[in-house]
Amino acid sequence: MSDPVVVVARGLTKRFGQFEAVKGIDFHVDAEQCFGFLGPNGAGKTTTMRMISCSSPPTGGELTVLGMPAWVDGRRIKRRMGVVPQENNLDEEVSVIDNLIIYARYFDISPKVSTPRAEELLSFVALEDKRDWRIYALSGGMKRRLLVARSLMNEPELLILDEPTTGLDPQARHLVWEKLRSLKRQGVTLLLTTHYMEEASQLCDRLVIMHEGRILVEGSPRELVAGHTSPQVIEVFEPPLDAEAGLAALEPVADRTERLADRWLFYTGDGDALLAKVRALPLDPSSVWLRGGMLEDVFLSLTGRGLLE
Amino acid sequence: MARVATAAAHRTGRGFLRDIVRVPDNIVPNFFEPFLYLLAMGLGLGAYLARIKGVRYIDFIAPGLVATAAMFGASFEVTFNCFVKMQFGKIYDAVMSTPLTIEDIGLGEMLWSTTRSLIYGTVFLAIASSFGVVHSWWAVLTPVAVALTGMMFSAIGLSFTAVIPLIDYYTYYWTMFITPMFLFSGIFFPLDRMPNWVQVVAWFIPLHQAVDLMRALILTGDIGSAAAAAAWIVVVTGALFVVPMNLLHRRLVK
Repeated sequence: MSDPVVVVARGLTKRFGQFEAVKGIDFHVDAEQCFGFLGPNGAGKTTTMRMISCSSPPTGGELTVLGMPAWVDGRRIKRRMGVVPQENNLDEEVSVIDNLIIYARYFDISPKVSTPRAEELLSFVALEDKRDWRIYALSGGMKRRLLVARSLMNEPELLILDEPTTGLDPQARHLVWEKLRSLKRQGVTLLLTTHYMEEASQLCDRLVIMHEGRILVEGSPRELVAGHTSPQVIEVFEPPLDAEAGLAALEPVADRTERLADRWLFYTGDGDALLAKVRALPLDPSSVWLRGGMLEDVFLSLTGRGLLE
Repeated sequence: MARVATAAAHRTGRGFLRDIVRVPDNIVPNFFEPFLYLLAMGLGLGAYLARIKGVRYIDFIAPGLVATAAMFGASFEVTFNCFVKMQFGKIYDAVMSTPLTIEDIGLGEMLWSTTRSLIYGTVFLAIASSFGVVHSWWAVLTPVAVALTGMMFSAIGLSFTAVIPLIDYYTYYWTMFITPMFLFSGIFFPLDRMPNWVQVVAWFIPLHQAVDLMRALILTGDIGSAAAAAAWIVVVTGALFVVPMNLLHRRLVK
């Protein structure tokens, strides 16, 4: 392999007129890892990805991709990179296999080379029997998988995926995850954005959580859960009014409490002790649930619960 | 220059594959239009007309219809087809994630639409020649003239495509630009007996120059006026050449 570090950003900034979408972020992506950008809509994830994929020139700061300055060396970088866009941009007017062969032509790959490769990739994403279909006949999950296959036509070292599983059913999502893990094993560096916490925990070695154009935290999913939320959470769903005083009395015992419209959340280091106290209150036992802290708790505590669009 | 050559190679040798795959759906229907005019006007209306400038009416209009075929061939491609690819299909976004840039894509679209106009113009001329409309050996240069015409209308049409927000805006392009040119560029009636100001205005009309060029090559063999019209088209096309690329860049690179 070449460089041990595939992407380096220092003070990376992107402005659209007056609006600053990315506000001077620093991060680096190691080779053969899966690196995730998490964040609510409008956090600046896609903008950052577009700068890395040399589709958008940075406004300020430094961005090095595969050892070359992004945008400036766009042509050479893009030759070694694959991109799965957020929006489906397959060519609706040609067949599944032609989508792959024509795309490969833009990388100077002749049909002699690209045709067997396309067949191979179609079976990799379980679409070999859709070879001659038109795009409109494919389901959302199939289109997504075909986009993954297309992004691999130039055998990239770095694969950029912008919300690779948004809108997919669980079966399709798991299939995409399985394929991404297998690519990582083959030595491809993966860079993905998502707002599915499960996806991030399943796939990412390291991730950053972005909010309003800044990086709030960085680490492995496990480190982030350990460092930014309590190990356990007790959820009480729709407690009756007469139990609320009792629940409120428990607040000082928990590390942190959240009262939402439909439930209470107690964040704690000692779930069993707190659970016993909650159970003593006049509550329907099935409305009380003890679970481990999750990436989603980290995410929501850092970015808030309000709608951010 | 090296970049232009690479880009040209990408589209002519490679990227065209997409469009060539689609020839049966996409190209064939447009062949019929100039023939309908040739038959309806040339043979139909022509049967009732005396000679016009000493030739049959069909001889008079056929060169103009070659220019029209070139204009329509390029214009369809760089207007509706390109807009659909760019705006609805997001195809340009996909291609921009390969080593190609938006400038390469714009250049490729211009070369492809020029190729289309070359196909329409020359096939039309070949078939029209069976009606005996070719009167000069200079007609062998028609493919060059057709390609020049196609390139000029590609640059104009693609520039329009790059700036409009909605596909509906083509109504303006076609009804206020293409159709009036088609009717008033001296294809169906000569302009040289019109008042002087008409001829001054006509000199600025791109299709009128293309019609003069084709008529000089195919009908009159007046190589001097062919050269003047060709020079006009070369200068205008050269001046407009990078405009669509710059406008596309402004639209798609953010």
